[in-house]
Amino acid sequence: MRSNRQQSIRRDGFSSRLGWLLSLLAVLLVFGVTPVFADMGMGGAEQRIAPIGRVHIEGRDFVPVADSVASGAEEPEQIAAPRTSRKDYPNIGVSSRAVVWILAQLHLFFGALVLAVPLFVLVIELVGVTTGDERYDSMAHEFMKISLTGFSITAIFGGSLALALFLLYPDFMGYMMHVFGAQWLVYAGLFFLESFFLYTYYYGWNAMRYGNLKWVHLSLGLLLNGAGMTIMVISNSWATFMMAPSGVNEVGVVVGNIWEVMKGPLWNPINLHRFIANIGFGGAVVGAYAAYKFLSTKDMEKRAHYDWMGYTSNFIAILAFLPLPFAGYWLMAEIYAYSQQMGITAMGGILAWLFIVQAVLIGTILLAGNYYLWAGMSRTEGSKRYKPFIGFIAFVLVVCFLTWVTPHTLMLSASEIAQLGGSHHHILGPLGIMPAKNIAVNLMLIVTFLSFQLYRRSDKVATVSWAPIGNALMVAIYVVAIVNIIFLGVYFGYFTNTVYKVGSSVAQVSSTLVVIIAGIVIDGLMFKNAKTLPSHWGRIPDRAQYALFALPIAFTWLMGLMGYVRSSVKTHWHVYTVMKDNSPDNFIPTIGYAGNMITIVTVLFLLFVLFMFWVASLSGTKQAKPETVTEGGVA
Amino acid sequence: MTNLSGKDLDARSAPEGDRTGKSGITVFFKTIGFSIGLALVFTLVTQLLPQVEGEAPVETKVDLASLTMDDFVAMGENLFMNKGTCTLCHKPPPIGRAPDIQSMDMVSTSSERLADERYQGESKDAAGYILESMIDPSKFVVVGWGKKGSNDTVSPMPAVDKAPIQLSAMEMDAIIAYLQAKDGNEVTVSLPSPEVAAELAAEAPAAGGVAPAPAATAEEALGKYACNSCHAMDSEDPLVGPGLASVGARLSEAEIRQSIIDPAAVITEGFPPAMPADFAEKMTVRELQMLVQHLAEKK
Repeated sequence: MRSNRQQSIRRDGFSSRLGWLLSLLAVLLVFGVTPVFADMGMGGAEQRIAPIGRVHIEGRDFVPVADSVASGAEEPEQIAAPRTSRKDYPNIGVSSRAVVWILAQLHLFFGALVLAVPLFVLVIELVGVTTGDERYDSMAHEFMKISLTGFSITAIFGGSLALALFLLYPDFMGYMMHVFGAQWLVYAGLFFLESFFLYTYYYGWNAMRYGNLKWVHLSLGLLLNGAGMTIMVISNSWATFMMAPSGVNEVGVVVGNIWEVMKGPLWNPINLHRFIANIGFGGAVVGAYAAYKFLSTKDMEKRAHYDWMGYTSNFIAILAFLPLPFAGYWLMAEIYAYSQQMGITAMGGILAWLFIVQAVLIGTILLAGNYYLWAGMSRTEGSKRYKPFIGFIAFVLVVCFLTWVTPHTLMLSASEIAQLGGSHHHILGPLGIMPAKNIAVNLMLIVTFLSFQLYRRSDKVATVSWAPIGNALMVAIYVVAIVNIIFLGVYFGYFTNTVYKVGSSVAQVSSTLVVIIAGIVIDGLMFKNAKTLPSHWGRIPDRAQYALFALPIAFTWLMGLMGYVRSSVKTHWHVYTVMKDNSPDNFIPTIGYAGNMITIVTVLFLLFVLFMFWVASLSGTKQAKPETVTEGGVA
Repeated sequence: MTNLSGKDLDARSAPEGDRTGKSGITVFFKTIGFSIGLALVFTLVTQLLPQVEGEAPVETKVDLASLTMDDFVAMGENLFMNKGTCTLCHKPPPIGRAPDIQSMDMVSTSSERLADERYQGESKDAAGYILESMIDPSKFVVVGWGKKGSNDTVSPMPAVDKAPIQLSAMEMDAIIAYLQAKDGNEVTVSLPSPEVAAELAAEAPAAGGVAPAPAATAEEALGKYACNSCHAMDSEDPLVGPGLASVGARLSEAEIRQSIIDPAAVITEGFPPAMPADFAEKMTVRELQMLVQHLAEKK
């Protein structure tokens, strides 16, 4: 009793001390960061345009300036973007772009993973606290454990990437350092913060598991995510500055402060898109871990655990994936608004073929996600009611997938054109343009949500009196939304001009969102206190686990592909319209070359992820003491 | 006890059945094989698509002595299709995002637009109108093709003489020649002069790393050193730096010279010290002298 009390006091004392420490840290942060930002040019226009040299107003006599003022107010030299020539790029015997491509992509893959995992770990931990179910807590801890090495791998690739860039693109990096100035130091400083929160969050998990300390632990998780998110948005600003520079004039001279340089027109769309995509990507990767563990074990209890873990990961991946096309749409709309030429280079120029590959990848993700849900229905007895829907959903998915991958223009020989009766097929040709693809993608998202909804319903029987009305309402919402999406796509896509075509896609997306939101609300109310049917974790076919491998591979490949298009829309510019790329690699490579590169980085990522999982498994392994060991040593 | 899926988490209820784990090695190779196989399928898809490289614009030498108008028109067509990136937007409906110029007679269309009350430019003929529409596209926006929310007063088209397209005066003339000639109209633009050749030579160093050719005139020097990026030449409106329409009335030749070679010495009140400090190293004496005289005459 006394011991418990002492422990409690000790714990409270520790909690109190930690609270003070965190407060002190916050104060230090606020006062420490402010002068840095002031130095970065955020201290107002007067400071930035402080006069130097001999100053006078035109038409009047010179006003003498005190030496101390003149020497103390020196401004950095205003530098335009360098104009490089081929000889300014070191030749190391292999393609510099290929080296940077591989390092950057691996850094981004691991960066995305280690930023995403703590996000949903925090949510799962919070679910554990609110439900009182410790298994959530253990699963969240396990997710952190398996991704821990990823932080080091991210840093290693980040450092390697920086070195490669400074070595291979010195003028470009010099210019970027000049433009972003002290922001680089803030960025570096954030790694100390992130490391602090990461290690206290992970290693303090069991030390702060219950009571008020649990909330301290959750706060550490929040701060870890805060530091990680800040790191992400800072590094995003470099990429978006290269695509759509702001805060500089036409020749690249910095004319704004660091905030104006960062907040270019594409910054927030990229921030949102990467934030959502990271969560989906992270969920998919840890899902593969669960699937691997599921297949590897004979222990039924462990299989049940990893089945549940795999399901949760898939849930996170698909849930994050559903709004991703909408974030992507916003990003593309902003690209078009910034530069119609850049938008069309991506969507209608030589990169347009890339979106056929994107369709294959997203089709794979949706088919795998749906298949996993259908296979998961075997866990419950009540799922038989919904089996007929699976055929319908599969049919819609396949038709929409085929529509999505239908190209618009084909590179044909003269005889092929004669055979086809023109450069476009007279029936399938119209399926190649965006209105048809908008219809397809929205319908795919709607039926994927239907799969999820049926899965959720499969072990429940509604007991509320208005269940038939609720079901009828749900069916009506599906029908109206689907009809609306098809009508908007066909009418505005083919019978009006481009302006209306783009506008109608917003209404299509809204229809999809209405279905998702209405489904969640209606089911939430209708199945509250519903009768539950028996279901069993671990009762799922082994082949379903391969869907959990397909997801991260398709996600990884998709991220690589989107990286290729994001970088390529700059065409032959390091910084679009400001600094030309005159390196030997200043052309957009073919889609086939890009495909090879993306597969190389995907396989490398796969190997490093396996290493990460293996390291994580080492911590739970203990070598048995050899029988031949004696007190004096090995016999 | 339930979880995110709403299902029972009790593992003890899972039936034993015939589900047994496989050996680690088998699972390892099957999953790795599946993953790499899937990645290769995606790679195969990319190999089946048309393989097109997006070449960066390359500088081409034009032999002015032997250049005929037919060559010039062909050059214009090439620029229209490639470096000018015109066909990205100017395509037939429904995929075009700008009027389908190739199916229109731009000479007769220009006459209609010059007579339109919405026209805000100063051109008098088709060549002038086409040039104006390339360097200042908002002077006349075709109904239905303006920027969203601008009520067809602002064009989404970029100025083709600016980055990222950066067509030279000669290249824009070639495009005008092509647009006139393609429908059998008389070509009214002249073949490029030696002055334009000098301009081209001045633009070459960025790609080739060769020392820039000296500017032949003060106007060329203004373009070569991008003075108009920061200074308005025809007005006193401040941009990054002050307008220079009447700079000769304010500053003497000596002061103008000093402000070019040592811009930090005197800074006009209210402007940042943003002028490059290396003109003294970059300009030839003759270029500096031409610029100083040209600016001093602006009164």
